Amino acid sequence: MGDNNSLYLEGKQVVAPPTMLQMWTFRDVHGKYAPGSTDQDTYEVLTRFNEFGFSGSVAVSYDQTYHNYLAEGDLVHSYSTISEISDLKSTRLGEGCFVTELAEYYDANDVLFGEACITYFKYRIPEKKPGKVSKIEPPKRISPVENHDSKHFWQGLRDGKLLIQQCQQCGTLRHPPQPMCEACQSLRWSTIESTGKGSIYSYTVMHYPEIPPFDYPNAIVLVDLDEGVRLVSQLRGSEPENIAIGQRVQAWIEPVQENLSLPIFEVIKA
Amino acid sequence: MQTEKHIAIVGIGATEFSKNSRRSEMQLACEAALAALQDAGIQGAQVDGMATLSMDNNWEIDVHRQIGGQQLNFFARTQYGGGGSIGPFAHACSAIQTGQCETVVIFRGMNERSGLRFGGGQIMNMNALNPDMIHFSHYFPCGFMTPAGWIALAARRYMHEYGATSEDFGRIAVSFRDFASTNPKAFFYERPITLAHHQASRVIADPLRLFDCCQESDGAVAFVLTSAARARDLDTEPVWIASVAQRALPTSRQVTPFYGDSITHFSEFDAMADELYRCADISPADIDLACLYDHFTSAVLPQLESFGFCARGEAKDFVKDGHISRGGKLPVNTHGGQIGEAYIHGLNGMAEAVRQLRGSSVNQLPGADHALVTAGPGVPTGAAILRRAAA
Repeated sequence: MGDNNSLYLEGKQVVAPPTMLQMWTFRDVHGKYAPGSTDQDTYEVLTRFNEFGFSGSVAVSYDQTYHNYLAEGDLVHSYSTISEISDLKSTRLGEGCFVTELAEYYDANDVLFGEACITYFKYRIPEKKPGKVSKIEPPKRISPVENHDSKHFWQGLRDGKLLIQQCQQCGTLRHPPQPMCEACQSLRWSTIESTGKGSIYSYTVMHYPEIPPFDYPNAIVLVDLDEGVRLVSQLRGSEPENIAIGQRVQAWIEPVQENLSLPIFEVIKA
Repeated sequence: MQTEKHIAIVGIGATEFSKNSRRSEMQLACEAALAALQDAGIQGAQVDGMATLSMDNNWEIDVHRQIGGQQLNFFARTQYGGGGSIGPFAHACSAIQTGQCETVVIFRGMNERSGLRFGGGQIMNMNALNPDMIHFSHYFPCGFMTPAGWIALAARRYMHEYGATSEDFGRIAVSFRDFASTNPKAFFYERPITLAHHQASRVIADPLRLFDCCQESDGAVAFVLTSAARARDLDTEPVWIASVAQRALPTSRQVTPFYGDSITHFSEFDAMADELYRCADISPADIDLACLYDHFTSAVLPQLESFGFCARGEAKDFVKDGHISRGGKLPVNTHGGQIGEAYIHGLNGMAEAVRQLRGSSVNQLPGADHALVTAGPGVPTGAAILRRAAA
């Protein structure tokens, strides 16, 4: 059992580790309790609870006390007493009673060497209410972080606008959003609305792994927007072999799931 | 940084490379670190510095304690994934030169195949305050979620500007798998591929195919670095760090450097190559081999150009002419690279460079004096030139 205490392994008088008390009340292969034990069904009371509709069972606690060690050759027997049945209680599992059983374990000289106090909760299993069946949520796209620096961008998309940050001091456009202008270090910024038109600067088509909820192959484009910044998003409506660098594209801003809209590109005539 | 004759790599160690190590990343890191110390002939009690990549899941204090460390005077981590694989060497050199410590263990232990797979399309830390989560918010919602995809944008643009093809990428994979086929430590030992195999492999993120991608691996690699004074007392022949550098630029991003004037090359390498050669007092022609970070084959071509082995746009011809292959004038990734040997975040490439300069590689080159080693492209990154003791 992984306990290599020399008390259990060495010397003339080795003893049994104080553990597994409950094993002594198990019936043997013929269904008989250890000689000298009570032959009544310890769990009769639990069966009676079942008959009254309290068919749910859960073990609540199991406290063990060991008074003496057992040595090789000791014969043991046990008695079991239902020491307490509580009033009807209401819990999150349902209504029911706590049932406490006291098991006492004796050696061949009728000396008490161990006790176990076991508490069960016997309860009425509540009927499932129709319409409360739990549904497995379909996988969703990872939602972006919307913080002080980027909330305007995602809110803009929800409002149907593709917004590009513009420095209020030097006029430089920037994307992805960041709080400070890297050209002049100003923290003052506003946004302009992009036309969503641009040209494919580079692209890839994602084939593997297929990550839900995306459809595959999934074409991704790096677009030079006409306003002068680059943006990554999905391309729709092109066969992978027909995508080419330099193609003119237009972004359509579309809700893709609750609270998330994205600029989805399509190739347009030059 | 000029470090000639100052800082030496005196020990290398590694676990086996596999798809399932069946033990913790902590145990892998400890095993590799102990092997590196035994290789160096140094006791754990003498280790007073530790360095690793920020993505390593093992705290340096825990590895240090278990290898017998007594006091830690220096500890440092480098950000940006595989771009951080040279940073620990730069940090160790700085720390030793400034007297903060004398002997540093660098380690990287990972269950990247049996544990969290980087190519799986998940974000490591979904806390809204985490910089990764903030950064990747502009890519993950449209399903642009894997390293293959991010690197593919640069690969596609490189093909467009310089006329490279999927076959040109494929020749790199074939060459690395050839070196791996004669390296018993490589996962792809005795399993070479042909260009036809490469062309038949499925598309992962167009234009990158399966055989353009590095492996996903479990394993650990570790190093011992120390001062010239201590290195002289050891039986091991030291390998000197002739120069080492880290670089980031305004166009640098965490794996998504899409916003600069050009995205075909990794501008961090362009910005460090001259200084790296100047500090080592050599030129590209003096480099005998290179261990270039090969998360994807397409990333190897611009590295050959940035470090001056061929002109812009000519790397595909350099490769086609066999110069990076067995018997070529600049063999690259003679261990098989991360494509052929294992993906240990670039540190197994550094270990191969050390072996070549010690004369102990299974694919040993005659008289190798100088090796170039790079960290991951597409992120803030680094590179180092190593020099053989007798050179």
